[in-house]
Amino acid sequence: MSDIINFASNLLRNTLFNKDTVGKDTVDKAANNNVLKDIFKFNGGVHPPEHKAESTTHAISKLATPEKLILPLRQHVGHMPKIKVQVGDYVLKGQMLAEPEGSVSAAIHAPTSGTITEISEQVIPHPSGLPDLCITLAPDNKDQWTTLQPVDWRNTDKKALVDRLRASGIVGLGGATFPTHIKLRTNGKSNVHTLVINAAECEPYITCDDMLMRERAAEIFKGIEIVQHLLGAEKCIVGIEDNKPIASEIMTKAGADFSAVQVKIVPTLYPSGDARRLIHLVLGIEIPNDKRSTDVGIQVFNVATVLAIYRYFEFGEPSISRIVTMTGNVTVPRNFEVLFGTPLHNLVAAAGGAKTGTTHFIMGGPMMGFDLPNDLVPITKAANCIIAAAPDLFAAPPPAMPCIRCARCADACPVNLQPQELYWFAKSDNFEKARDYNLFDCIECGCCTYVCPSDIPLVQYYRYAKSEIIAIDKAKEAADLARERNDFRLARIEREKLERAQKHAERAQAGKAEMKSAEVKAAEVKTTEMKATEDKAAEIKPAVDAEVAIAETIKTEEAPAITDKQAAIAAAIARAKAQKLAAANATDSTVEKAAALTNEAEAKIPATKTPEVEAAELKAKQDKQALIAAAIERAKAQKLAALAAGATPKNVENVSATAQAEINATDAIREKANLAVEAQALQTKATD
Amino acid sequence: MNRSPYITDAPTVSTIMFKVLLALVPGIAAYVWIYGGGILVSLTLATLTALTAEAVLLKIRQRPVKPYLMDMSAVVTAWLLALALPPLAPWWLVIVGTFFAIVIAKQLYGGLGYNPFNPAMVGYAVLLISFPLIMTKWPAPLLLAEHPLSFMDQLNFIFAQALPTDIKVDAITSATPLDYLKTQLMLKHEVASITQAPIFGVLGAKGGELVTGAYLLGGLYLLQQRIISWHLPTVFLAALAAISFAFYAIDPSHFANPLFHLMSGASMLCAFFIITDPVSGPTTPKGKIYFAAGVGVLTYLIRVYGGYPDGVAFAVLLMNMCVPLIDALTQPRVFGHQ
Repeated sequence: MSDIINFASNLLRNTLFNKDTVGKDTVDKAANNNVLKDIFKFNGGVHPPEHKAESTTHAISKLATPEKLILPLRQHVGHMPKIKVQVGDYVLKGQMLAEPEGSVSAAIHAPTSGTITEISEQVIPHPSGLPDLCITLAPDNKDQWTTLQPVDWRNTDKKALVDRLRASGIVGLGGATFPTHIKLRTNGKSNVHTLVINAAECEPYITCDDMLMRERAAEIFKGIEIVQHLLGAEKCIVGIEDNKPIASEIMTKAGADFSAVQVKIVPTLYPSGDARRLIHLVLGIEIPNDKRSTDVGIQVFNVATVLAIYRYFEFGEPSISRIVTMTGNVTVPRNFEVLFGTPLHNLVAAAGGAKTGTTHFIMGGPMMGFDLPNDLVPITKAANCIIAAAPDLFAAPPPAMPCIRCARCADACPVNLQPQELYWFAKSDNFEKARDYNLFDCIECGCCTYVCPSDIPLVQYYRYAKSEIIAIDKAKEAADLARERNDFRLARIEREKLERAQKHAERAQAGKAEMKSAEVKAAEVKTTEMKATEDKAAEIKPAVDAEVAIAETIKTEEAPAITDKQAAIAAAIARAKAQKLAAANATDSTVEKAAALTNEAEAKIPATKTPEVEAAELKAKQDKQALIAAAIERAKAQKLAALAAGATPKNVENVSATAQAEINATDAIREKANLAVEAQALQTKATD
Repeated sequence: MNRSPYITDAPTVSTIMFKVLLALVPGIAAYVWIYGGGILVSLTLATLTALTAEAVLLKIRQRPVKPYLMDMSAVVTAWLLALALPPLAPWWLVIVGTFFAIVIAKQLYGGLGYNPFNPAMVGYAVLLISFPLIMTKWPAPLLLAEHPLSFMDQLNFIFAQALPTDIKVDAITSATPLDYLKTQLMLKHEVASITQAPIFGVLGAKGGELVTGAYLLGGLYLLQQRIISWHLPTVFLAALAAISFAFYAIDPSHFANPLFHLMSGASMLCAFFIITDPVSGPTTPKGKIYFAAGVGVLTYLIRVYGGYPDGVAFAVLLMNMCVPLIDALTQPRVFGHQ
């Protein structure tokens, strides 16, 4: 149904409206009409005035080496490379100044020979306008090359070639600046069969690729050969918009010898240079939104990038310059080959200077470019075009009117989004809805803003919503992680508590059992002794009897004896406390005090002790005290040893202060219990 | 700061509204020719009321007055309402309707871009419900009138409801063909005999069909200027034609032919000027198709079975209610999605 509707819509549109009325400087398309077949149009797109003719009247010329070069370390997508030079170092042209760090990173090379004068933060051409780390090079004007190492790429292992490319500093020169070696790395999963060369250059004003194709088509094809070889792609399609008839003719001619390469002329319709749109145009394949083009066997390279790859392998030249279109409100708009790091004002001066009325400079095209903070910023690998802006070129947008839901933006959107809905959601901070309406499929091409009758800065709203959503996601992720960590921590503390309690109980049980057995033994021994010396022992008989009775009670009534047990434990704790106090004071004189306390605690045990037993205990006191003192000494020594060894409970490193306190407290209790058990045992012995 | 794109190429909202007004001019010209200059008075009254109400409301809502008055959207609403009213509607009727359209249906909902209902149709519906008698009495075309009113007579009638002494109200007004057809069918007359009445023209109403034709002309201009998309008018007219053809094919003696429906009442005004209001309409291409088809079918059903002479206003308002749903259900497939 929708196909029929679309077909009818296109038919009606094409008959009712003369589509070619758009674009003031559209070239004669008749010549290219025969090549405009096998093209699969995407929906939407716009055709702004091209303004490309202005900067194509002069051939590319080399811009003179400036008095200083400012080389930002971050000229690419990915990690900042590692600086290999110091201030004061003399470097040769092509020498590596910074090496790639991590997989997604690119090297920086000296564009000419000279001295490193500064490594500092400087304002770089970036939408944020923030400064970033730069290497400043003072050229010596000898332009002396370092030893270059060309590679015989036909007879070298592919992996080795890609590894070498890592040191080339080459990044996507279409403006995306993605390190090239990553795109050529074969991961074994995807099998690239088709290479698409992006020569659409769909943004107005920009002509650097156009001029490159006009002047260096042969080298481009050699580069294509290398990339095709590296990717193992049997097929290659070069996509050129039909507003570059000279370039496409030259390219078609140059490509005649390459049977695997096909030059396809695509209609001039912004944003045909967007990789996914271009793939659709030349191959009719729609890359699924959640996949990369390599997943379906397609890889896209910019035309200038393949040329750079060729120069690197053929001559060993790293990425030190690029073609830049200097256009807009300048006296002589044209293309220059510019060394990276060249301050912008040198480029402006070479184009005859900015004409009066120039307000600022724009890097990139008028659809996706951004304002440069000043004319001192350096030309970087991303700088395909610099436009001198003036009010008569780019009028300030009138104040935005409300959205009237005319859906022109939806008609213009090359991704088939509903920009008016996204705008509504972004404006009301309804980010979830914005995400549901596929905000993240937006390529920020600016077509929606271009056609908006209410002059709403739609793309800005989407950029805002995207950054907000990313920030929210990050915060949420962090919160989730923290919650998870906290849950884990609580679970661990709980587990440890249980473990401790279990151990504690086991030990207490063990202690009790020991005590029991000792008492029983004592009773038995006493009974035997009693039997042997009946007359002598007559006076202490009741005591022994009592002892035996206690022992027997414990032995026979284990279950109901719990209260006694508890009492015993309480007593033990009290004893331990006393002992600890003694240990804390750690003087011999206090040991007696401790012993006294112990006795006091002992006295609290609801036992059936007779005065005789007490007398016997008193007798044994001296021995007992000595033993207790020894035990305390031992415990102290153990504690000290443990402290000296820095022994801490397991898993303590990462726990919080409160958990640490808790662990300390439990440790103290554990120690107390240990001491109590020990003391109990000693006491039992001493009693004998 | 990334504030790209730096270039735009779009007609501004005022340009769009201005072109809509321009596209109404042939219709108005035909109207004046058929019914006399009275309509110009209604248009002026409606325009003044709309602009005044808009300005006052903007002031109260503390919005910038000038840019919003300059967007011309209030004038479009005023003209559409004035053209929908009977040509010799009394002055207060025009003012009340326009006031309601601008204040209640538009500004109180948030002004331009925020009104869920077509303001002109809200104004029309309010008047139709409140003053059904005045709203259904249309003056006969000048060429049919026994005593054609001069412009001064019309002015007198609009402002004072006064007629030249020798003329009675009934003499200058009559039912519209749609209304007449409905009442005559209820009296068990057959379509073929009913349409023999002098108020019927070749396709629609005598004279009225010329105005309708002029609207079609203006509509084609809007299409050519890409102010409106083809979906809405085409599908609306197709739906109206299809349903009327279906009924006509079953029983031609009780149902008028499709051409009559296309050329009668507000069909053409609706197709090119009313349902094409972007604010209260759907935005997706498929949504526009469903919306227009819905308006077409409802218009026919209200015309044939409803209690009102024409069904456009209610059909549009009913479908306006469905717009959020239609939009949500007709989201197009995004590039790269299944």
